[in-house]
Parts: sequence; C-alpha cells; structure tokens
Amino acid sequence: MVRYITLRLLWLLFAFLIISIITFLLMHAVPGGPFDEEKQPLPPAAKQNILHKYGLDKPIWEQYLRYMWSVVHLDFGIPFQSPTETVAGLIARVWPVTLQVAVFTILISYSLGLGLGVLAALKQNSWVDYLVTTLATLGFAVPSFVIAIWLILFFSVNLHWFPTGGWGKPVHFIMPVMAYSLGPMALVARYTRVNMLESLRADYVRTARAKGMSERVIIFRHVLKNAFIPLITILGPEIPNIATGSIFIEATFRIPGLGRYFITSVFVRDYPMIMATILLVAFLWGVTYILTDILYTVVDPRVHLTSSRNG
Amino acid sequence: MTTLQPIQTLAQPKERSLWRDAMRSFFKNRLATAGLVVVSILIFTAIFANFLAPWRYDHSVLSETLKFPNPKHWLGTDQVGRDELSRIIYGARTSLVVGFSVQLIAFLIGLPLGALAGLRGGWADFIVTRLLEVMTAFPGFLFAIFLMSILGTGIFNVILAIGVTSWIGVCRLTRGQFLALREREFITAANSYGASDWRIILRHILPNALPPLIIMFALGVPGAIFAEAGLSFLGVGINDPIPSWGKMVGQSMGYLNVFWHLGLFPTGVLALAMLSFNFVGDGLRDALDPTMFNI
Repeated sequence: MVRYITLRLLWLLFAFLIISIITFLLMHAVPGGPFDEEKQPLPPAAKQNILHKYGLDKPIWEQYLRYMWSVVHLDFGIPFQSPTETVAGLIARVWPVTLQVAVFTILISYSLGLGLGVLAALKQNSWVDYLVTTLATLGFAVPSFVIAIWLILFFSVNLHWFPTGGWGKPVHFIMPVMAYSLGPMALVARYTRVNMLESLRADYVRTARAKGMSERVIIFRHVLKNAFIPLITILGPEIPNIATGSIFIEATFRIPGLGRYFITSVFVRDYPMIMATILLVAFLWGVTYILTDILYTVVDPRVHLTSSRNG
Repeated sequence: MTTLQPIQTLAQPKERSLWRDAMRSFFKNRLATAGLVVVSILIFTAIFANFLAPWRYDHSVLSETLKFPNPKHWLGTDQVGRDELSRIIYGARTSLVVGFSVQLIAFLIGLPLGALAGLRGGWADFIVTRLLEVMTAFPGFLFAIFLMSILGTGIFNVILAIGVTSWIGVCRLTRGQFLALREREFITAANSYGASDWRIILRHILPNALPPLIIMFALGVPGAIFAEAGLSFLGVGINDPIPSWGKMVGQSMGYLNVFWHLGLFPTGVLALAMLSFNFVGDGLRDALDPTMFNI
C-alpha cells in the first residue's frame, strides 16, 4: 500500500514535470512576447529593462529552472495582466469566486443525481425512469454553454426573473449553478442508475429476499451500499473538475472566477498565469485520482492496490 | 410425372453474423435510428452546403443587419447582415470536418501505439503506459485553449489542438483489447500453423477488437464537435468568416436581450447534433457489445 502510493506520487511528480516543460517550451516557442507593442513600441533600452526584470532575457532552460525553483516555493511570478499583485495572490482572489459556484453545483448535482438515479432504477421502465434517462442524456450530450443560453433566453429575456449575468448578489448564483449542475448531475444519475440495477439483480439481494427480509431493509442495507461504492470513481474525479470552474459558465454569466481569468490570460499571453492555472488543475486532478483510489480500497475491502496494473 | 422439389428454406438457414445481428438490434432502437437519420441529414447538409444554403456564408448586407426571421431570411440575419440559416448550413460542414478529422488523428496515433504496447509488451508497453499516464494528467481542454492561443485561430489548428490529446482513449482501449486477445486460443492456434505477425494482427486480432473501437469512434465524434464548438464559443476556435455553430453562439451573447434568434437557432442545432451523435453511439454500443451495461 505505502509502496503503491509512493510510486503513484512519484509518477504524478514526473507527469507534472513533463507538463510544465511542454507548456513552458510551447509558450516560449511562439514569436511575439507580452511586451511586443506595434502601436507604441517601447524604446529598446526600456524594453531591455523590462525583459531583464521578468528574466525574459535569459536562456530558456535557465528561465525554466528559475521558474520551477520559485514554483516549489509557491511563487508563481507576477501576472502580466495585473502587475500589482502576484499570480498566487490573483488566484487566491479569484478562485473563491469559482469555489462558491462550485460548492452549490456539487451539492445540487450530486444529491439530485444520486436521488434521481436511485429512483429511476427502483422504478425501471416507468415514466420516472424515462424522464431521468432523457434528462441524463440531455445533460450529458448538450454543452453547458448551450444550456446557459437557453436559461438566459427563458428566465432573463422572456420572464425577466434573473439578470443575464454578473456577480455580487445571491441572485447571480441561480442560473450559473443550474446550467453548471446539469452535466455532473446527468453523469451521476446515469452511473447511479446502472449500479443500482446491477446491484438489484445481484445474488445477495435474491438471498435477502429469500430470507424474507423487508424490501426497505434490502434496499437500504444491501442495494444502496453496494451500488454507491463504485460511484466513488465517478464522484471523486469530478470534484476538481467542478472546483476549478467552468470556463463556459464563467464566460457566459460574466463571473470573475478562475476560468474567466484563464481565458483573459490566453488572450493577452499572460504566461505566468496560464502556467500556474494549468499546473494547478493538473495537480488537483492527479492528487484526486490517487485519493479516489485509496478511498476505494478503504470502502471496498475486496479491492487491493498493487503497483502492477494491467488492462 | 412429378419431380421432387428440393426444400430450399430448410436447406439454407438464414445467415447470421455479429454485424447482421448488431444491425437488427440497432434499428430496433428507435432513438438510435432517429439519431442516425439526423446524422445522415447533417452529413448530407455538410457535403451539399453550397447547393442548400440560400446565400453564401460570408455574404453580408449591411442594410439588413439584425433582422428577425422573415420570409427572405427564414432564421433572420446576424450583426453584420449575414443570413443565419446559410451560416448554420455551412456550420454543419465545419462541425463534421472537425469531428471526423480529430477522430482520424486519434486513431492514427492511438491505434498503432496501443497495438504495439498490447502485442509486444515489455519495454514498449512500459513506455506507452507511462506516456498514457502523463497524457491523462494533462488538463485536456485548458491545454487545447492554450494551444489555440499559440497556434492562432483556424480550422486546421482547431483539429490539431483537439487532436493532440484525443488519442489517449483510443490508445488505452486498443492496448487493453490487444493484451486480452493475445492470450486467446485462436491466436495460439494461428501462431502454431506459422501465420505471420501481420496476418495475425490483421486477420485475427483487429476484427475481434473492432466493435469497441467502432463504439469509441462513434462517441468520439460528438466529443470533438463539442470541443470545437467550445473553443469557437470562447473565441479561440474557427476564424472569421468561416461559420461555426459554437462561434455563432458566442457572438450572439451581446445581442440576446433583443435578438433571441441569434442565440436560439445555433444552440438548437448544436444540441440536436450532439444528441443525435450520442444516440447513434449509444445505439452502436448496445448493438455491438452486449456485455457492456447500458450507461
């Protein structure tokens, strides 16, 4: 177990290095830097000064090493788009905005998804089942920004209930959370339904019925417990996905969160911010996958972690 | 004098094969069939866009900007006076070209790599598995956005940016399939009568690995269409004046308060396309792989 976790962590570190190197190289491979200005070019001396200040005049491997050295010290540099603060400071300022939406999204989508999935499985092939399945397909297939536009057209333009976007009041939460929740809800509902159906047909349920246990006890003690365990592999990795925010939702509803800043960074070539966001997301993903695997073995003692994984 | 007629119906039992059975069960699935009809219409629209569209996609009449749906422009016009219907029709071409090209890249990279790892094992497998692990850690969509900012907008770059991370699933699936099939008796049998490696791969392993790969392909196309629409929606995808549904949605955002048609029609057709492709993919999975539980 310890050996397995150490190995996984080492591989995560390795993957992390590769990602950082590739991203770093790609960023510097493009002609044109953040201080290239065509309309009002800086005097060469001033430009040299700025490049020197940001370390952009050094050879690329030195820039990379310097960068990674500061990253280890949690210093991600200074964002070009907002030079008065640090990248870490900027992320600390905008990530909570994303997290607020994320918390509601996770709560709503997971509880609704689990509930609807269980309901659909218990009433298989009834209208409830078809409704849930349809909703799940819709949420799974239709992009979140399409749902967002539909919500705006219906609730804002047609009914005038909510503002089309913005940030700061509780009312600004409603439509983003609705649009953002549908996708994860669909995912959770689909998997819950299938796991429930599989569990309902299992031998131990037949045994329980044969023993004459009440349906309520069978569902709660045997079916739900076994159906929920595999869901860990779905629910876990979705959390960092939601927590780092949807670029689409934040762009559509003008929410000043992490995703929106990533997009602005890409437009203005804010290298430090791009790099930090990509590394942050990759890190959260990697750690969550490992945590999910560990949690799985804790909950389901039949599963053992080994360092050799085939297939 | 009467001659005896051979009883033909008994002599020739109806031919059955995996593919025939799959086709039958696919068409029994109403959603999948409906999806296939829509997908066929989309493919037809994409190929014959220049005959079907009433105007060219870049034909803009500035005196007719932001018109609501009317007899001349069935779906209205956009902010620079281009016919919305024509742009949606040409948009089908963009979506499908990206959707299929990305899958082509995914299979061109993923299939050989996965096959190599699954068949050879050892070092090849070790390297491919580690590569997969690193690639899995890549935040795919963020990375695609980032790549687009480096490469610049355009359909070719969109295909490239999405394609770079698209092969991971294909590679993993191929590796798993080849690994499992390698151990089967019929491969040992083929080896024992001296079949060449290529013959074993092409005649014995690939046909058996085909059903899950077809499903992978079918479900990958809407994934790529979604990614293209997403990039274009954010403004880092297809370049003007080439129409893309995602870009049309993105550009409609400032006008939604009054000009609802600019938001409704492209989102509608995008949703319809995504649903149809997914229905086809799900239908194929149910038909081709009875062991896969319907998720």
